Parts: sequence; C-alpha cells; structure tokens
Amino acid sequence: MPDKLLGWLKSFQREGLSSILTPVFGIIFGLTVAAVVIIQQGVSPLEAYRELFLGAFGDLGSFTFTLLRFIPLAFTGLAVTLAYRGGVFNIGAEGQLYVAALASTWVGIYPLQGPAFIHVFLALLVGMIAGAFWAFIPGYLKATRGINEILTTILMNYVAINLVGLAVNTFLMEPGQSAPQSPTILESARLPIILPGTFLHAGFLLVFVLAWLVYWVLWHTTWGYEIRSVGANREAACYGGINVKRVMILTMTASGALASLAGSSEILGVQYRLLENFMVGYGYDAIAIALLGGLHPLGTLVAALFFGALRNGANSMQIAVGVPVSIVYVIQALAVLSIIATVAIRNIYFRLAFKKEGR
Amino acid sequence: MPVLLELRGICKSFPGVKANDNVDLQVASGEIHALLGENGAGKTTLMNCIYGLYTPDAGQIFWEGREVKINSIRDAINLGIGMVHQHFMLVHNFTVLENIMLGLPSRKEPFLDKGKVAREVRKLMEAYSLYVDLDAQIWQLPVGLQQRVEILKALYRKARLLILDEPTAVLTPGEVKELFHILRQLVAQGYAVIFITHKLDEVMAIADRITVLRDGRVVKTLEAKAADKKMLARLMVGRDIAYEKPKTSATPGEEVLRVENLQALDNKGLPALRGVSFTIRRGEILGIAGVAGNGQTELAEVLTGLRKATGGKVFFKGQEITNWNPRALYELNIAHIPEDRQRVGLIMDFSVKENTLLGVYYRWPFAKGIQMNHSVIHEHAVKLIQEYGIRTPGPEAKVRFLSGGNQQKLILARELSRKPELLIAVQPTRGLDIGATEFVHQQILLQREQGTAILYISTELDEIMKLSDRIAVFYKGEIMGILEPHKTDIETLGLLMAGAQRLETN
Repeated sequence: MPDKLLGWLKSFQREGLSSILTPVFGIIFGLTVAAVVIIQQGVSPLEAYRELFLGAFGDLGSFTFTLLRFIPLAFTGLAVTLAYRGGVFNIGAEGQLYVAALASTWVGIYPLQGPAFIHVFLALLVGMIAGAFWAFIPGYLKATRGINEILTTILMNYVAINLVGLAVNTFLMEPGQSAPQSPTILESARLPIILPGTFLHAGFLLVFVLAWLVYWVLWHTTWGYEIRSVGANREAACYGGINVKRVMILTMTASGALASLAGSSEILGVQYRLLENFMVGYGYDAIAIALLGGLHPLGTLVAALFFGALRNGANSMQIAVGVPVSIVYVIQALAVLSIIATVAIRNIYFRLAFKKEGR
Repeated sequence: MPVLLELRGICKSFPGVKANDNVDLQVASGEIHALLGENGAGKTTLMNCIYGLYTPDAGQIFWEGREVKINSIRDAINLGIGMVHQHFMLVHNFTVLENIMLGLPSRKEPFLDKGKVAREVRKLMEAYSLYVDLDAQIWQLPVGLQQRVEILKALYRKARLLILDEPTAVLTPGEVKELFHILRQLVAQGYAVIFITHKLDEVMAIADRITVLRDGRVVKTLEAKAADKKMLARLMVGRDIAYEKPKTSATPGEEVLRVENLQALDNKGLPALRGVSFTIRRGEILGIAGVAGNGQTELAEVLTGLRKATGGKVFFKGQEITNWNPRALYELNIAHIPEDRQRVGLIMDFSVKENTLLGVYYRWPFAKGIQMNHSVIHEHAVKLIQEYGIRTPGPEAKVRFLSGGNQQKLILARELSRKPELLIAVQPTRGLDIGATEFVHQQILLQREQGTAILYISTELDEIMKLSDRIAVFYKGEIMGILEPHKTDIETLGLLMAGAQRLETN
C-alpha cells in the first residue's frame, strides 16, 4: 500500500518552470471555483478577493504579517518536500517543530556569555538537533525495521505536543506564574528584526537560504542524486550502489531539521515564549503546501506564500464584506484538489498511451 | 469447418500510435490459428479487443456468423472465449479447485458447492487428459501445471475458443510438448485455439493456419503447410534478417570468476541456490539455461551484491568477494544487466541523462566532491546516445517514454561503456524485437572478443546455444550439468532443464 501511494505521489513531482506554474494554476482554479460559493453568499467575489488581497498585502503591516505566516509554512513545506523526494512521508513536521520550539526555548531562557548571535545560533542549532532527532526515529524504524513512517510520525506528533504541554506546566513554567507558559527568552536569543518598524525577523532570509540549499542539494549534488534515486526507485538505487537505508534515514533526519526551523523561528522571532498549542496545524498544512508546490522547493515557497496570505487576509475579508473566514479553507482545498485532479488525468492519459506497449 | 470467430476491419488507436489497423481475422472450429508478430506488432491489443478488455475504435466482431459487441470480459466468457494470459491470473494460496470456481455463481449460495464443481472438473480432466491435483495450492505446482489450471478454468467456463498468449515462454521443452499434445486433443474435439507467439519453431510445429501481424496490420494469413521459417521471419520483420552470425572460436584467458558451493534463499526464505559451483574465464561466455524460477535470478543477485549468500564463496580474479555490497562490486568493474530493466535497471522517472549516471554518479569526472558536473554528464550522455544509437528525443527525455529496445540499449550503453571485466547479463533480450535482440547479441559477442568474462542467463534455448561457449543447466537451484553447445542438442538440454537427469560435472 505505501508503495502504491509512493508511485502515485511521484507524479506530483515537477521540475523547472512548471514547478512554479503548477501552484499558480492551482491557486487560480481554487479562487475561481470558490467565487461561486462567494456569489451564493450574495457577495461579489471580486470585492471579497480585493479585501482578501488588501488584508494580506495592503500595507506594510499586513504584508509583514503575511510573511510571518509564510515563514513557518515554508520551512515545514520544504521539510515535507525533501522527504517526499527521498520516498519517505514526513507527516511529522508538526511534532518536529514542537520539540524544536521546546529545545530552542530552553536554550533561549538561560543567559549566555559572549556575543548575542552565538546565543541565537545555539538556540536554533539545539532546536534543529531536537527536530532532526524526532524525525530520525521514524526514519530509522522505517529503514531498518520496515515500520510505516506515516504511522510513527503521526503518533510522535502527539508525543511532541504533549511534551510541550508537560514542559510549560512543569520544568519550563515561568516562575511565580500559574499560566502554562515558559518565561520569555532573553534578548540575546531573539532573531533580529530585519525591517525596522515591523515584526519581520531574520527567519525570513533563512527561508530563502534553505530553499536554495534544498534545491542545490537535490539537483546539483551526489547526495541529491541519491535521495531522488531512492525516492523514485529503491531497487534501482540499490542496484546503482546506493546505500538505500542510510539515505532514507538521513533524508528523514534532514527533513526534521528543516521542520524544526518552523518552530524555533516562531519562538525566537515572534512569540518569544513557549505556550501550549503555540502553533497548530502548520505541520499538516505543509503536506498540502508541498503537493501544491509540485514537490519542488521553489513551488513550495509559492504555495506557502499563498497559504500565508489566505490566512492573514481572511479576517479583513470577513469584516469588510461578511464572507466567513472558512472560505479560505475552501480555496486551499480546491487548489490542492485541482492539482490532484490534473495529476490523475495525466496518469489516466499516460496509462492509455502506454497500453500500446502491449503490457 | 465452420468459422467460429471473425474480425472485420478492427482498428484500435492509442494516443500517438495505431495499435491495430484494419485487421481481418477468421478462426474456425477445430483449428489452431497462430498469431505471429514481433513485440509491439499489436497481437496483444487485438486479443484484448476480443476478450473485452478494450473496445475497438472501428470494425466488427462476428461470433458464429452473428455480429456481437464485446464490452467486458464477462461478455467474452459468456460467448465462449477463454484466455490464458502470459502471466497467470491465479490466486497463489488458493487450491486448484478454488481457483477454478473463483468468480462463478454457486448453486448453494452463500456456500460453495465444491463437491459438484470437483465432479464436473474431473469429467473435463478425463475427457482431455488434463490431470491436476485439485486440492493442491497453486504455489505448490510447477508452472506447466499452473498453465493447465488456466486451461481447465477456461474450459469449465464453457470456452470454445482458447486464446493463449505466449504460452511457451515459461515452459521446458518437455512441457511444451505436453501442451501441444493437449491443444491437439482440444481442436480434434472442435475447439478453436488462437496461439500468440513470436517463436517461429513453435508456429511451424503446432499451427494449422498462421496470421502474421506487423505494425498493427495483417501482413498475410497462410496455411502452415505452405510456410517456412525463413519466409515467416521476413513477413514478420519486413526485411531479410541475417540469421546466423559466425561466432569466432573461443580464446578463453585466465580465470575471472570462481563460484564455489554457493547457496542463497529466495524472497520467501526458501533455498533458491543449493550449492552451485562454476568458473568463467576471460573472453568466455558461460550460458545459464533453465526454466525461469530455478535460481538463476538469485544467482545474478548474489553475484552483484543485491542478495546475501547463505553459504559458499565467490572469487573475482582470486580475491574473495562473497557478500560484498553492490558499490564495491561495481568498483571491481563488474557490470550487471538486470533481469527487470524497468524496475531494477532504470529509474523510469529520471531522464536518459540521469540514468547514465546510475552507479557512477559519485565519481570523477561526473562529480567533484559532492557537486555534480552537469556539463560533463550531458556530454557523456550525448556520446552514449550516439554510440549505441539510442532513439530518444534527447538526453533530457524521461526513460519512461523510450521503447523497450531503446531502454535496453541505454542499459547496455551504461554498463558496457566502462569496459567491464565481468558482465552478468540476465535475460537481456526479453521482450525485445528481432532487431533489438540482434543488437544485444552483437554487443555481447563484441565484449567477449574484448576479453570480458560473461555470465549469460536466459530461458531461451536458441539464444543460449548461439552465444555460449559453455552451458550450465539450472534446475531447482542446482547445476545439472555443464556442457558445450556444439556437443549437445536441445533435447539433452531439455531433459536436464526438467531435472530428469544429471551429468557428472568436472
């Protein structure tokens, strides 16, 4: 069953220009069909979308808030994309970002001698190690024991979420407070604001560095060749002298490290303290984002920006024209569905085309 | 004899290709009608139209003179058409009887009526001397008997026309003889048989009439008596083919590969190799003959590091290499043309260019450190495409879009371009047309002249006889004998392949 799923997911993969066109097409489709629903509400879709757009990009403030949503979605989207390319499903980005946030907070609340950037760097690094470790476990179990990583990653999400709950209620609880929250992290552990007067932090730049890194590794290095080979055809990869198990474990670990940045950057750049359920669903949204993005780092960024904008613009749309916020989930779902539908149609077409081969 | 099935002007197109173009065909009761053609000639498509898997774009189908529409397999079965597929459609952990009953309504719904069906099937078995143990589970039966179950299944469903798709591909020469005997009996009782094949000898041996297909069209329908092999080959390929290429006599050099008492398990954990020993020398081709599934695949996998040996030793030029990993073996310059080119030998979703890198991607000049050198890789791919005449839209085209022959050429190009010292080729011509087969044979012989030691595994005896300097016959994971092709004949090989006798090996 997972192999069948894998084969099917393969057809989502896009390269080159189509990696950007795919999500753009999906977004247009989603907006178009959702327009029908908006008309049903007695509202002009053009007006609703104008409010949505203004809410997401209208002024510097709302624009940076969109970007603040975009950052964690992009990190988790990249994490899922990388794992997919290596033939493993990382449904555990949620858990990985939770343990990373926990680890980063822990480092962030203790004073550290030395220049400030070392403290931030250390907090990010420890978060990455935590996220990577959280992904290493299912990767290792899958490669060496054949245990389905979809199950293990989902289950480990609950462990991670409850671990954070435990932490903010006990050892990481702010002293003298009864609310389940950690103390705020020190100034020295915070990600610097890169646009004065806004909340946009340095994590934004890190997104692009890592997206480029993922792209470069996948298509310009021998590691990427190994990852993509294992993702495309494990048996052929083995025949080609690739250590499939090692590649699977490392891909999953790297994916966890990417996902960790979503949690760490949120704590170190935005919230400055750890709360229970401090960000919900970003790990799961990542799956939709990766698919919409054609499992390509560039497409993933486009899709993440779209998701971020929808979330951020939805409220002002509701206030201005009375279209409920949940319409954005409809748009998201339609966009992803349209991609799935195109892939299905393509598959059917090719299956017909290949029947001529006589097999 | 009355015409049972008639096709008039059948056309079937798929995007970009006309698989069947205006095909006419008549099959009479009491005849064995051979459908001859290369791979891709449209034989299987045509049969799928008859069997209700495809609907033809144009044309008419007549059954006993009445026009019929066959929209599903059920329609075909109800008319009296039965098909024995190349890959059997049997449930492996069901018994023979259960397989025969599968999908049929029972007279004791919701319970099975095994007793009654068993009696009826036994009657059929007696009538056509098609004996099989009804209580045996399919996996316990040899392939020849599994095929019988398929035939019984069709007969029990009251088929009067049997379509056999490449039925001899998996059989020993002895089993082929038995199959032919059964088919003769069936047609004597008024059944009709369509026999799909690309093997000329079989056509000459069994067919009453022959229809030759090429590029989706009927080239000719003729009486078997009026045909000869040479003429059929010409009709099939559309040109004269050089049959025998003179092979230079062997000049084997020093020993390259030595295998001692090698043992291994198959995927189910059962012994697949039970102590195999042989050697191959420089410039020598050792052919491994045997019916598919007697340990040949496992042998190739053990020798290339894809499967662990559970006992015995392998030496390469004196160095023990037992259970080395694939990359280490690759670096010793051992090349492997795997049995399943689409699943093992190639990554179908990768481009031609990327597939030329399999196994060498990490080496200079293709990579420097971890960074890949795309311009060198591109040039290398273009060079291979030219040298081996791979027909592809370009090095960036996905391998999925290449024909089977060109996919195999790509594997040959990749594996042979690095001048291997030992080549392990498993069924390298399977599914290829005559032209591509000829190309593969030439390349293999060329390697031999250049001093490569070659292990050539094939289930096609013709091929083994033609290429090998020595032949080792496999049966149930053991070597039944090692002999020289000019000192033996197909019958002897056939007996060894069936495990009926064993030669003393040196």
